[in-house]
Amino acid sequence: MRRTILDPYEDRYARRVFGMRSSVMRDLMAITQRPEVISLAGGLPDTGAFDREYLATLVADIARDSGAQALQYGPTEGTRAVIDVIVDVMRHEGMEPDPSNIIVTTGGQQVLDLFARTFVDPGDVVIAEGPTYPGVVPCFNAVQADVRHVPLDADGLDPAKVEALLDDLAREGLTAKYLYTIPTFQNPGGCTTTLERRIRLVELAAERDLIVLEDNPYSLLRFEGEPVPTLRSLDTHGRVAYLGTFSKIFSPGVRVGWVEAPTPILARLNLMKQAADLCSSTYMQMLVTSFFTADGGEAWKRWVSKLNVIYSERLDAMCEAIDEHFPPGTSYTKPEGGLFLWATLPTAIDTTDLLARALEKDVAFVPGAGAFLDGTGGNAMRLNYSAMTPDRIREGIRRIGETAHEVLDLARSLGLDDTGGRK
Amino acid sequence: MKVAVLCGGRSHERAVSLRSGARVEEALGQLGHEAVLIDTGPDASRLLKEGGFDVAFIALHGRGGEDGTVQSLLELIGIPYTGSRGGPSEAAFDKARAKRIFSAADVPTPKFLTLTQTALEEFGAADALDEARDAIGFPLVVKPSRGGSAMGVRFVNDERSLPRALISAMSYDREVVVERHVTGRELAVAVLGSGATESVAGTVRVLPAVEIVPRNADWFDYESRYEHGETEFTCPPQEMSAELLERVSDVARRALEALDCSGLARVDLLLDDAGTPWVLEVAPVPGLTSTSIVPLACEAAGTTFEAVIEELLADAVAQGAGTSA
Repeated sequence: MRRTILDPYEDRYARRVFGMRSSVMRDLMAITQRPEVISLAGGLPDTGAFDREYLATLVADIARDSGAQALQYGPTEGTRAVIDVIVDVMRHEGMEPDPSNIIVTTGGQQVLDLFARTFVDPGDVVIAEGPTYPGVVPCFNAVQADVRHVPLDADGLDPAKVEALLDDLAREGLTAKYLYTIPTFQNPGGCTTTLERRIRLVELAAERDLIVLEDNPYSLLRFEGEPVPTLRSLDTHGRVAYLGTFSKIFSPGVRVGWVEAPTPILARLNLMKQAADLCSSTYMQMLVTSFFTADGGEAWKRWVSKLNVIYSERLDAMCEAIDEHFPPGTSYTKPEGGLFLWATLPTAIDTTDLLARALEKDVAFVPGAGAFLDGTGGNAMRLNYSAMTPDRIREGIRRIGETAHEVLDLARSLGLDDTGGRK
Repeated sequence: MKVAVLCGGRSHERAVSLRSGARVEEALGQLGHEAVLIDTGPDASRLLKEGGFDVAFIALHGRGGEDGTVQSLLELIGIPYTGSRGGPSEAAFDKARAKRIFSAADVPTPKFLTLTQTALEEFGAADALDEARDAIGFPLVVKPSRGGSAMGVRFVNDERSLPRALISAMSYDREVVVERHVTGRELAVAVLGSGATESVAGTVRVLPAVEIVPRNADWFDYESRYEHGETEFTCPPQEMSAELLERVSDVARRALEALDCSGLARVDLLLDDAGTPWVLEVAPVPGLTSTSIVPLACEAAGTTFEAVIEELLADAVAQGAGTSA
């Protein structure tokens, strides 16, 4: 008799890898790569609208003028020039960062990973919004975090609920290592935390000695309404670490993001980044610098304005289509910007199952369950409007709506009402 | 030989199939064949016709790959292919049909009934759910009739959860099987049947059974199937008498023969405490990913995955010659 384990290296892996799992949802997503599928599942900015000739000029100029430097390693914290650009972008959003408190990272995603690895031992508590950004889930799983969700509402993250959770944790003898939040145009929720709540959150962080990681990739993609100050700009007690990225205002392909944090935290993150990748791509930092300093720093602002016009039109198309095609009982909050809309369907609908049906009609979305670590969100979905033309969006929404109606018809034939309860 | 490896496709199991295809491509390369991976989409027929292939290896799971579709297409184009012929494949892939065939052939399979979305919507079948409940009893399992990798499979412990389980399973196929939940040891048996002869009987080779013990989930769900380290596989199963193992092999062989499957198939069984091996299903195109059972059973049988792949190719070519003769 012998026992065979398929993976011959399995006894040697760290425990944390076993917390990272594939899922039905992720594999269903494999189908969305096919060109005939209308995918409202991704989070892709419309990079096709960027002037290719202009891009070629930017890239070539760097190669010609500073090729040796572009091909070389750079400092772990990032090039001075791109840090200056970051300071400008943050000022544009009402913050006054100290350049020495910034580390350039390989996309904003690296900040999520570095933060988790720097702060979390297995079993440590982290507070996240419910739903939270699906991309942070593997970061939390990898460090075996005990993630506690605070449910979002139309006004974003409620500090009273955060406080209640902190009280609950204290009773359990636990302390949260940090709170992770996307206050503006939250992914996937689409909501924005109100100014009043932000002020209270920052106060609460100071009162309860809570570290806050503010993730702010979308706030410049605002189509309407007035900008709301970032948590970082409201924080006077050094409790807020700020994550920024060029992914949505320029390109996710350059993989350039940053973190601005209090000095002691930054030193730890710097060490962790050295272990991860020594430094982010020098060439790409130079490309970001070129674009963001072009035309006296006006070129990128024009680009973001152009994106906002494109996305706003697409969002309108999506909302109109949802109103027309989704079943009664559907709710969503029309965001004032960002890339995503979060729709909640009648509770009789499980959106992971709905995706299986929708894929037969060549349309895809992200089921809500993927944004929670506690198994909730089953009747919700995240819809992306930045990557498809208005016509494709309308057709995609029509097909999802048709599928949802089919499921409700089936539920009714089984004696259930639209909430999934007995009639 | 120049081999077309058919994988991917647009079924729900696309991701798994791409992994199976990659594994087969690697094995074919080691065997010195020229392997061409085909992601089976709208251009598949053209690629097959123009490719000058000697044989096609079907690593396409789920609808299109296991239900006889691609098999019929290959017969039309005239390319020999691995695995079961179209008809048997179609019967095996459809759990409702397969279970009726098992019952007729005295192959033990858990008590079941089937239900379609049409019956619910057009004939008010919800009114007959009480009868279904009484006939099967709780706990029961609801499964899409045509589907694989445990997608849409729901365990139901009480009456309240039955409607939602039906809705879930019907998301993957409009016909579902409602089956008595048999508890016991979960086994998978890879079977190699040569289709070169008139009947597969006598040429069937049963590989050692593999016992499946998921570590985290309480059953072999989707995640357990495809994540390294999620499941412990033991081959042959420990603390199982030679007699019992023989009984399992015999039932697996009879299941395959009843369906007239050939090539490589995987028989999924549950062995209850009384020693009855219950056949749950036969997968006519079993997963060949690095976490699949087949490569493991090959090794335990004293052969290699590559040798089995070679055997399947030879058998496909022989069968192809038989068809055209």
